[in-house]
Amino acid sequence: MKLRHLAAASVPVLLLAACSGGGGGDDSASGDGDVTLTYWASNQGTSLDNDKEVLTPVLEEFTEQTGIGVDLEVIGWSDLQTRIQTAVTSGQAPDVVNIGNTWAVSLQATGAFMPLDDAAMEQIGGADKFVETALQTGGAEGTDPTSVPLYGLAYGLYYNKAMFEAAGLQPPTTWEEMVTAAQALTDPATGVYGMALAAGSYTENNHFAFINATQNGAELFDADGNPTFTEDGVVDGIVRYLDLMQTEDVVNPSNVQYDNAALAVADFATGKAAMILNQNNANATIEANGMAPDAYGVVPFPAPQNSESDVASHVAGINISVFGNTEHPDEALQLVEYMTSPEVQTTLGKPFSSLPVLKDADAVFTEDAELAETFTQIYNERSAPLPLVPAEDQFETTVGQAMNTMFATIATGGTVTQDDVREAMQTAQDQVQASVG
Amino acid sequence: MATTTSTAPPVPASRTVPGRRRRRSGWWLPYALLAPAVLLEVFIHLVPMLTGIWMSFTHLTRFFIRDWTSAPFVGLRNYQVALDFDGAVGRSLLSSFAITCAYTVLVVGVAWALGMAAAVALQRPFRGRAAFRTLFLVPYALPVYAGIVTWNFMLQRDTGVINQLLVEDLGVLDERPFWLIGGHAFASIVIVATWRLWPFAFLMLTAGLQSVPDDLYEAAAMDGAHAFRSWWSITLPMLRPVNMVLVLVMFLWVFNDFNTPYVLFGTSQPAAGDLISFHIYNASFLTWNFGAGAAMSVLLLLFLLLVTGIYLIALNRRSRRA
Repeated sequence: MKLRHLAAASVPVLLLAACSGGGGGDDSASGDGDVTLTYWASNQGTSLDNDKEVLTPVLEEFTEQTGIGVDLEVIGWSDLQTRIQTAVTSGQAPDVVNIGNTWAVSLQATGAFMPLDDAAMEQIGGADKFVETALQTGGAEGTDPTSVPLYGLAYGLYYNKAMFEAAGLQPPTTWEEMVTAAQALTDPATGVYGMALAAGSYTENNHFAFINATQNGAELFDADGNPTFTEDGVVDGIVRYLDLMQTEDVVNPSNVQYDNAALAVADFATGKAAMILNQNNANATIEANGMAPDAYGVVPFPAPQNSESDVASHVAGINISVFGNTEHPDEALQLVEYMTSPEVQTTLGKPFSSLPVLKDADAVFTEDAELAETFTQIYNERSAPLPLVPAEDQFETTVGQAMNTMFATIATGGTVTQDDVREAMQTAQDQVQASVG
Repeated sequence: MATTTSTAPPVPASRTVPGRRRRRSGWWLPYALLAPAVLLEVFIHLVPMLTGIWMSFTHLTRFFIRDWTSAPFVGLRNYQVALDFDGAVGRSLLSSFAITCAYTVLVVGVAWALGMAAAVALQRPFRGRAAFRTLFLVPYALPVYAGIVTWNFMLQRDTGVINQLLVEDLGVLDERPFWLIGGHAFASIVIVATWRLWPFAFLMLTAGLQSVPDDLYEAAAMDGAHAFRSWWSITLPMLRPVNMVLVLVMFLWVFNDFNTPYVLFGTSQPAAGDLISFHIYNASFLTWNFGAGAAMSVLLLLFLLLVTGIYLIALNRRSRRA
């Protein structure tokens, strides 16, 4: 009795061990010449079912062309990283998988993915077909990439045209102009704020830590892959972002409970916020919330005057990878080639609101030519990949969560000083360093 | 197990032969009957536990999870990092541990008190007693996720019914506070966990009360004892065996609680709600540092073993003395 309870109390130990319990197994229904691939796709559309509806005809077309069957499973974002980890550990992996492109190097470090050497790259249509910055996300420098871009995304600053016009404002081109405009448009009495932020989302928060730090010319990791989160440029960049809520008062403190970007988008679409910083897939949500497509405009996320760099976004989006232990490497590469072909990119661009990852391709996610042009330009010319080091995903969780906590302090009436930020970054850095070893 | 021959003292054949034969032919039976349980125990508890302990001595990170047996052996380093309270990892573990201790004491204490009060109140038959009993068990019967998610909705700052009640309807507060972030998060999680746990205490204590003979209370009443006196001198001692198990089980559950913080706070958990199981999960699965996570798990296991051991020894001694 006693022992059993104690053993039950060791749930975390069991949990850890459980993920290593799986043995080898045959997961693809394969026969000679009759190949079926397993494909894990991340959630891109409005729901998992929506993704299935969109992808099924596309994959059926692939089967028709090649005779290769595809077993599709769509996976939600909250599960994706854990599912991939478990697959890496147990060997019970799909053949082809979608990954958040910022994790690409972290996942590459596990050694579980097939390196795309020159021959493999040739098989999927050549490295030259991809947008250069997008392809950079596929692996650490000097290595064969283990993933290639599939869907492109980039941040932009969305603004409400009518509100700007009524206040006699121009769309901002610098950080200072953005803050001034936001202050002019903030009126807490009516519940309208200049900006809405997903201040409770660690993924959004770490992206802006990166973009603001990069604008300051700071790096998050040194050449050896060790974290440098306490550098002045990083700390200043984070303070600048936090100050939108803390000292500029242009963000509703309630935004601290926004743990995903869609909540900020809804505020924007319903006129509670004049501006949002969002990736280009916000369009569908904005319009679903009743805002007309011509009621908003987009400009690149502005950098402060005299900043070191005018980077306006990280290279956001999804990459596609082949698991190293697949029994059908050739067929898997054929699927990657097909998914990154111009035809499929065009078919999926609209429903998934993605930017083309192929050079010379046209963005089809919107009918608005200006919008398409703005985002394509941000993606191709003013975006930088998140640090291409194995510990990148730990930067995302530790720094992102530290920023959640700091926003919470501000929202509940506390203050976060420069020193507080530096201390929080020191903690995050130590945590990352402990696992880098 | 061979038969004894020369050294055995001579015994009358009529007495030993049937007994011996029975022993010889059936000696394996108890083992065979125990075997399935022992095997299950080994595979479900012992093997994973030993694997976890072994992992805690390795630097098991992303570089090795594909073949975790190849992770380098680092001896006690993970333990040193976890217990170095000047470092970031140790400091956050210590703070998580302190929060969890306070959380456990509060939740178990209040849940026990509520359960006891309700059980005693419903001890005497009255009209509608069955309805109350059913009602009290609702939080326990609800699926964990549904119950906690509902609390999450109710505790939202702008749209939650709790702020609506406190600020708009009753006017107790002037401003809408945040309940799920910042300092109030601790109070919120204690309330939600207590709400979930107390029906269990109520159920166990109600069952326990059935075994207390009525004539004890009658005798006490005749001696002029008040309600509190008879509770103190009759109910409590009679319920000691139930309470012993109840408090221990609740302590272990609450200390290891993972569901409540995970569902109530989601991915953006506040520092004040950083309970230890969730903390270990984060250390393992968010930073891919499974070696350190395993070391923390082992430390947690040792702590729980220690507390449980002391608790049982102390109680045994007391009941032997009594």
